Amino acid sequence: MVTVIYFAHLREVLGKSSEQLVLPADVRDLDGLRRLLTSRGGAWSAELAPEKPVRAAVNQDMAQGDTRVHDGDEIAFFPPVTGG
Amino acid sequence: MAVRVQTEDFDVGREIALLRQGKPQIGAVASFIGVVRDVNDGSAVAEMTLEHYPGMTEKSIDAIIGQAKARWDIFDALVIHRIGRLAPTDQIVLVVVTGAHRGDAFAACEFIMDYLKTSAPFWKKEQTPQGARWVESCASDDVAAERWRLKE
Repeated sequence: MVTVIYFAHLREVLGKSSEQLVLPADVRDLDGLRRLLTSRGGAWSAELAPEKPVRAAVNQDMAQGDTRVHDGDEIAFFPPVTGG
Repeated sequence: MAVRVQTEDFDVGREIALLRQGKPQIGAVASFIGVVRDVNDGSAVAEMTLEHYPGMTEKSIDAIIGQAKARWDIFDALVIHRIGRLAPTDQIVLVVVTGAHRGDAFAACEFIMDYLKTSAPFWKKEQTPQGARWVESCASDDVAAERWRLKE
């Protein structure tokens, strides 16, 4: 089981701030998880499409598409940051 | 070093006084204050809301301060970032760096701010006459952060 969190614009358009997911055996990294979420269709496929500038973190560290994901991880997807 | 994420405003004079207290070795204090403007990207801004990723925010700014300390000869750094609803003229962010001399204090302060802009998980949503909109990230912010990398 992993926890997936969504922030800002993504949270609003996906209509979800977080969820618990069982990682399928073939999902090993962030790109794999993103493909799985995209397969839900609708806003998921539109907003998480590969060309969209989505950023991600694994266990609260900025991560890349090839960052491995493991059971128990806290994974977050969000738009490019705009603080300061 | 300290990182605070808070809804309430901050008093720059008080924060700097606290940072300097009992430290006669300090010869330079560099600070930056980010403020809400009443216009952005061609639209009037009535109000904005700042959202963040609790936990990761503090962790990422701690890491940025750690990098600044490793790179420049500074004594201490403080970052305060506000969240929640903010109006034009409100203070958003404070960065204060203390050191023996101004050169390293100035550089570290600018570095912390540039990196915060591109790697600390905050998001702004503005209320404009055309409705609410999420602020999009600026390519110029990436350039500002990138130039510190080139200097290494």
